[in-house]
Amino acid sequence: MLNIPIKDHFRESRLFNARLTVVATVVLVLILALFLRLAYLQVFAHRHFETLSQANRVKLLPIPPPRGLILDRHGFILAQNYPVYTLEIIPEQVDDINALIEELKQVVNLNEADLKNFRKQLRERPRFENLLLRSHLTQEEAARVAVRRTYFSGVELEARLQRHYPLAGLGVHFLGYVARINEQELERIDKAAYRGMRHIGKLGVELSYEKVLLGQVGFEKVETNAHGRSLRILERIAPVAGKNLQLSIDAKLQSLAEQELGKRRGAVIAMDPLTGGVLAFVSTPTYDPNPFVNGIDPDSYHALLNDPDKPLINRALNGLYAPGSTIKAFLGLAAMEKGEFDANKPITCPGWFTLPGSSHQFRDWKKAGHGVMNLHDAVVQSCDVYFYKLAVAMEIDAMKKFLAAFGFGKKTSVDLQNESEGLLPSVEWKQARGQKWYPGETVVVGIGQGPILVTPLQLAAATAALANHGVRPKPQLVRAIVDAKTGAVREMPTEFFTPIPLKDKQHLDIQIQNLVDVVHTNKGTAYRIGYNAPYKIAGKTGTAQVKSIAQGQAYSEKLTPERFRDHALFISFAPAGDPKVAVAVIVENGGHGSSAAAPIARKLMDHVILGKAPTAIGEAGPAIENEE
Amino acid sequence: MDWQRLHLDKTLLFALLGLAVISLFVVYSGSAKDVNATLGHFMRLLLGFAVLIMVAQLRPEIIERWAPYIFIGGMLLLMAVLTIGVIGKGAQRWLNLGLFRFQPSELMKLAVPMMLAWFLARDTLPPTLLRLAAAFFMMVVPAFMIMKQPDLGTALLVFGAGTFVLFLAGIRWRIILLLLTASVIAVPFAWNHLHDYQRQRVLTMFNPEADPLGTGYHTIQAMIAVGSGGIYGKGWLNSSQAHLDYLPESSTDFIFAVFAEEFGLIGSLLLVAIYTLIVARSLLIAYLAKDTFTRLLAGSLSLTFFLSFFVNMGMVTGILPIVGIPLPVMSYGGTSIVTIMTTFGILMSIQTHRKITE
Repeated sequence: MLNIPIKDHFRESRLFNARLTVVATVVLVLILALFLRLAYLQVFAHRHFETLSQANRVKLLPIPPPRGLILDRHGFILAQNYPVYTLEIIPEQVDDINALIEELKQVVNLNEADLKNFRKQLRERPRFENLLLRSHLTQEEAARVAVRRTYFSGVELEARLQRHYPLAGLGVHFLGYVARINEQELERIDKAAYRGMRHIGKLGVELSYEKVLLGQVGFEKVETNAHGRSLRILERIAPVAGKNLQLSIDAKLQSLAEQELGKRRGAVIAMDPLTGGVLAFVSTPTYDPNPFVNGIDPDSYHALLNDPDKPLINRALNGLYAPGSTIKAFLGLAAMEKGEFDANKPITCPGWFTLPGSSHQFRDWKKAGHGVMNLHDAVVQSCDVYFYKLAVAMEIDAMKKFLAAFGFGKKTSVDLQNESEGLLPSVEWKQARGQKWYPGETVVVGIGQGPILVTPLQLAAATAALANHGVRPKPQLVRAIVDAKTGAVREMPTEFFTPIPLKDKQHLDIQIQNLVDVVHTNKGTAYRIGYNAPYKIAGKTGTAQVKSIAQGQAYSEKLTPERFRDHALFISFAPAGDPKVAVAVIVENGGHGSSAAAPIARKLMDHVILGKAPTAIGEAGPAIENEE
Repeated sequence: MDWQRLHLDKTLLFALLGLAVISLFVVYSGSAKDVNATLGHFMRLLLGFAVLIMVAQLRPEIIERWAPYIFIGGMLLLMAVLTIGVIGKGAQRWLNLGLFRFQPSELMKLAVPMMLAWFLARDTLPPTLLRLAAAFFMMVVPAFMIMKQPDLGTALLVFGAGTFVLFLAGIRWRIILLLLTASVIAVPFAWNHLHDYQRQRVLTMFNPEADPLGTGYHTIQAMIAVGSGGIYGKGWLNSSQAHLDYLPESSTDFIFAVFAEEFGLIGSLLLVAIYTLIVARSLLIAYLAKDTFTRLLAGSLSLTFFLSFFVNMGMVTGILPIVGIPLPVMSYGGTSIVTIMTTFGILMSIQTHRKITE
């Protein structure tokens, strides 16, 4: 078997060596190919793979900045941030969401609302985003999630700063609130500036100062592993916190005003007549903004929306009211300023007025009439007939021009958005609506009725202009912007509008004296708040027939008679010689301005001027002759 | 030192020691600084070198005499593993021998070429068609059984080792062409016997980007590792691809990606050079061998070694599909190192006993 011939052995050897040469060549060629491949990957395509490698490992994570705080003038916190633990899920990284939720239920408490909210997000949001499953985890729950983190893929435990309004509903109408960024906002905003953020100012100061409060997003360059878990921070650009807002609002005054209005619907504005700084900005009823921050549940929202008292409406900014007799505070000045009317000539008030050639009687609120009236008496006793005659003498367009100088019919430019303009009617305005102006309309505008509409804020600003001798500061809620880190304070400059043009400055002094007498003489309609006041108040009461307020929502028929009652109004400033505060009060369906609105103003003025709430006003007071 | 007397080949020994030292560093890095894994690798290398030295002392005649028995024993073990696998209803490669686990398919990487070399050396070369058919049968049956385990990588190597013997034995080009044609025809048949994941791997090789998060993921991540290493590399322990878990099997099958990322083109070329040196030296041993059995065996073992390192690097650099073939000596793992070292023990035996025999 092993008998192999010699020549065969050589032949075998030669054959084997030939084959060996072939394979050695093939081996060499293949190794050369490997060389080339390595050179290609590591030299020519190096940049490409380097980039991919970086992209693999480095992620840019946004660090949301803390939003600026909102403080009142004394430093009381109105809006702040506090850390809450949230449990979030990244659907992309989860194989079976339902199974995961079942597992998480063992660890944290999840109720139906949480799950409903989560499923809604799951339908609407991209799969790579963190979706909120539970907010406000307790320390214990957070710890339980933390220790199990490695077992859960796509589950994030985050400590996030959440906006919180510690005083709940206090001042909600000027403060506003933040809430989740919605689809439309997402289209509008600079997405880079909002990276990592979910909230945006929706209303009030939170909306109008959004850019100041927002701050700058910081970034963290982190190394992540294949599972997306951050391993270490490579670089960090710290976020810049939003700037704090110091408001001119006095939270205590605000609280006092809200208490005084109580369950009644209404609005109160108190402002510093010299600077326009708003001290109190009240619309009642209020509501708690906190549930809005992370999305209010539909039931609660509908309850607020359908509440007959309409708490969501900002009455101070958007409530349109007939000014009633408060307009006489301004038109009284017009009587002296305007040539059409002789203010020095007394007239007789029989309790009614008719236009020439008409039998329609315009009634005075005092049926028996006021008798012989000069301008002083007409303002103090709020004589309607006097002002009917003034209105007829002036005519509507002159009245409009005069009142426009006080800022009526225009936005006050307060630092809030969506302010209402009110309405100063004119012949032209009526014609634009395809209707004729009737002389009778001119008559009623003279006593602040008819088509004329003002907002509480406009009334307060106009009152401040009176107090300030015709100088008109722009109403302003934010007093200063404070950089919390450097402590740098940027005071907001006081802006002024064109002053009230006056022929004679004396006229304004006389009118202010008339308004002081409204409060401090026993014929005055507001004597009940003035008889015991330790400082001089200039004021004017008003009682306005009910109009539907803004947004054209008519009151429910079932809820009348109470809702048919007149609105009570009062405007005032004090001390008369050296005004520190101007106040406008409107109490819807409150009845008389003197009894419903004036006492509220008095309490606020006491708080500002005396620094305390006075003892019962008007309860043990004198008999009131004029209760308009 | 008289290496000849110790029956060791100096060139091979130092090249292997060089690889072993490098491998310790790379396994440490690739296993995310796992000291236990590195120590385990070190122990296996020690065992491997011990086996190498022992095998090298055996005279080739003894190896030749044992060849059929080793082959038959290996086949029996392979059948045992398959049977246990059937009972256990899952992939089964290991035979638990109490003290250590043993992979019979690894043994077949040696047993098949030994058996074929022995079988063909019984007659003059080139072999007759009948002998050729018998030899073919002897390598295809175990390769098929290993593929069914399923272990495509080892099956490929066993098949390769057998083919190399046949080729070196001088099988006629006509027959080679015939077999090539036959295998092209056989592709669909083999395809049907591949597991789904094996098919995916083959498909992925042709277009890894088609499914970057699926089966192409490993290829892409390995290429990123190699490519991002650049010329000089990121430095030892700086393979971000491995440490951040982007690379699969970073201390076993994909260890070359870790090495290439950390040591760059310069390191890769040095490593390929060492492997080339080993292959060249082994082929030289085959060339110098004096009888048919040792020639065929040495040639086949050299080429199988080449095949395993080339396929491994080819798969890491994205020119070959991902088949589970570890990088010889470098990869962390059990029986594979012992098999490799046995290979070189045999080669050294062939080299060092030659002159004495003469």
